[in-house]
Amino acid sequence: MNPRNRERDQLCLAPNGSPESEQPAWRKDFPIDWPQDHYVARRDFTKFMVLVSLGLTIGQFWIGFQNFLRKRRGKPAMMKIAQLSNVASGSTVVFHYPAAHDPCVLVRTGPETFVAYGQKCTHLSCAVVPDLKSDCIHCPCHEGCFDLKSGRPTAGPPRRPLPIVTLTIRSGAIYATGIQERTT
Amino acid sequence: MSAPSKADYRRFTRDQRMVIVYGILCLVLILVVLQIWLLTAIMNAFLGGDESVIWPAAITSLVCLLLNGGLLRYLYFLDKPQPAV
Repeated sequence: MNPRNRERDQLCLAPNGSPESEQPAWRKDFPIDWPQDHYVARRDFTKFMVLVSLGLTIGQFWIGFQNFLRKRRGKPAMMKIAQLSNVASGSTVVFHYPAAHDPCVLVRTGPETFVAYGQKCTHLSCAVVPDLKSDCIHCPCHEGCFDLKSGRPTAGPPRRPLPIVTLTIRSGAIYATGIQERTT
Repeated sequence: MSAPSKADYRRFTRDQRMVIVYGILCLVLILVVLQIWLLTAIMNAFLGGDESVIWPAAITSLVCLLLNGGLLRYLYFLDKPQPAV
């Protein structure tokens, strides 16, 4: 190694880079090695970014683990929602499916037509409200809108469709048979 | 100013090391941004029920981490005192 380089490493430089003779007197009392300070700051920031990278990788594997648990739970069991006679045309019924903390909404759009969706908005999980007059499902938090017939987003910040609850009608009652999450 | 001890000798000068650290930092930042993009895309796919991309993305993220780890190892190596020649 060149001895001159070694000496240059040990110089105490001011932040503006001007020589020591041009610096104010007080700087001699507080001789901070700014180049070394900058070097250490960037080196430590790089180390912190590698730590962030580790956190992001753990996050990815956590999603994989959650996916494994979801697959292991399997298909949810069939559940009775309501008697057909209790759901008037143009009315809605709120129910919980497949678990007690998963709110869903059933809408009778016509005499023989029903649709049911998860009630959590796909943007930030606010409760969505069916609006039959405008043929949409409205999210009051950020003015998001979903198409009533398909559950796909039509306006506002949501990008994913609402999860659709598959339905079946048996013996005058309506049942939920499964839930289908979608990306498009 | 006292003469530097043998332990102060390093392969590169501080200015040279600074340039190397900037280069490493740029690469690490690019990889971290890629990982952030992967995580948001996979979160969206997971919440939408699409399972096919989860594990390939996790492996890609792991590869990025390993690359970052290699760069970090070199960063430690840079600061390691070298025996005087």
